[in-house]
Amino acid sequence: MSAAALEVDNLRHTYGDREALRGVSFSVAEGEVFALLGPNGGGKTTLFRIVSTLMRPTSGTVRIAGDEVTARPDRVRRRLGVVFQAPALDVRLTVEENLRHQGHLYGLRGRTLAGRIADAMDRVGLADRARDLVHTLSGGLQRRAELAKALLHRPAVLVLDEPTTGLDPGARRDVWRHLLTLRERDGTTVVLTTHLMDEAAKCDRVGIMHEGSLVALGTPAALTAQIGGDVILISSADAPALAPRIAARFGVKAEVIDEQVRIERDRAHEFVPMLVEAFPGEIDAVTFGKPTLEDVFMHHTGRRLN
Amino acid sequence: MLLATYTLWLRDIVRFLRQRSRVIGALGSPVIFWLLLGSGLNHSFNGDATRPPVGGYLQYFYPGTLALIVLFTAIFSTISVIEDRQEGFMQGVLVAPVPRSAIVMGKVLGGTTLALIQAAAFLLLAPFAGLPVTLAALPLLLGVIVALGFATTGLGLLIAWWLDSMQGFHAIMNVALIPMWILSGAVFPASGASGWIRAIMQVNPMTYGVTALRLAIFPTVPVAGEPGLAGSLAVVLIFGFAILAADTWLVRRR
Repeated sequence: MSAAALEVDNLRHTYGDREALRGVSFSVAEGEVFALLGPNGGGKTTLFRIVSTLMRPTSGTVRIAGDEVTARPDRVRRRLGVVFQAPALDVRLTVEENLRHQGHLYGLRGRTLAGRIADAMDRVGLADRARDLVHTLSGGLQRRAELAKALLHRPAVLVLDEPTTGLDPGARRDVWRHLLTLRERDGTTVVLTTHLMDEAAKCDRVGIMHEGSLVALGTPAALTAQIGGDVILISSADAPALAPRIAARFGVKAEVIDEQVRIERDRAHEFVPMLVEAFPGEIDAVTFGKPTLEDVFMHHTGRRLN
Repeated sequence: MLLATYTLWLRDIVRFLRQRSRVIGALGSPVIFWLLLGSGLNHSFNGDATRPPVGGYLQYFYPGTLALIVLFTAIFSTISVIEDRQEGFMQGVLVAPVPRSAIVMGKVLGGTTLALIQAAAFLLLAPFAGLPVTLAALPLLLGVIVALGFATTGLGLLIAWWLDSMQGFHAIMNVALIPMWILSGAVFPASGASGWIRAIMQVNPMTYGVTALRLAIFPTVPVAGEPGLAGSLAVVLIFGFAILAADTWLVRRR
């Protein structure tokens, strides 16, 4: 059996006495698109920095295609493409110059490098902007250039930290189109962090991170299926008082999250009329629907995602 | 390894050539200091009795100004590393399969080259200031500038990598780097200074850089008990390589 593309085993990291990672384990198979979903400060970026060889963990191991990142950083670095949350392009250079420097850092040169640069720019649709200074490009185009840069040495595993932060919806969709094409065309493994549940829902599997721990792991469908039936949200002038009364009356678990009562229940369409009848005048609004990854996050942590 | 060093060096040069304001910052202010202080103090300055060929203050201050240009260039080319490494190009360099020593070399050689370019521009003024810089003395003088650029860029990189804020760098610049220059013989000779100042000047590596520059411009017999050109240059080089080793150690560590 070949090694997993990424294998994280009991990873811990502390900054002083603050625990950023509290024993995280998961693995990502070759060719998978995997998301780490969680709020900012949940430990995603720490994990990203360790995986990308920028930082050593306090304990635990990370392997890329079988190589441990702290023991064989150079082998790992050759196989890893990294897209940072903060731009890593030199804005005073042209797109092509940035890619040329990148190629040199990975030992590419001459005709091979020129071919790779042309190919990478073509893939992200930037061929006609090659000679433009990076700071003249829009945010979306800059992200595409980042992607081209990370792919230049044809990494087996691409890791991205919040790749769509700060982009408008169009540019977001565009980045996603390129990421998914990448997996289809080259079988590249893609591992990314995000705080947006609709982005995580596009991935093959999702790990949900909260306060340094992985609280759930699985396909988006399997994760949402963990929640029984539908999710009902009730707005009320006094949600904390209403929740225990609903719980007592109907024998359901009623949580209060962000001044709203939240109930997970089958056949919500039958339950909602009974609920409204039972507390006349106390309910301002009721919504219900199929659970999303946001609901999965709330189910496990008792908090909203963002 | 060489390719990585070359590419990082090239990036620094290209960036520099595209940022005109840096030329003014690193070259302009030392030249203004030199003109104002030099002209103002020119006749009140009694010279350095130990080094006879020196004329007025414009001439005395010239090597010190060269050293300041080199120091400012080193500071400007390394202070950017702080941001570059947290949210810029350097992030990508650090995850590339490149020996950390190659990264340090690329950066230090980049800063050294820029220091050489800026100092060479100032040397064009030497004939107008009545300085005896001959073509024959030029290679040696440029060699001293390279050695000093190498050592100061290395020092700048060490500080920049150690700190994680620009404010921190500015603080160090004001309390350590600028005093290091003031106490190098750049502004006043050690001979007239009080005892404790003279002691600091003796252990300050920058003193040897300024002495080497001065002796390369005004060839003279060194005073007994003081290092000559070769001795001074050796101190600068030893300091430079020690700093380079410290840089590599620090960049490997974090």
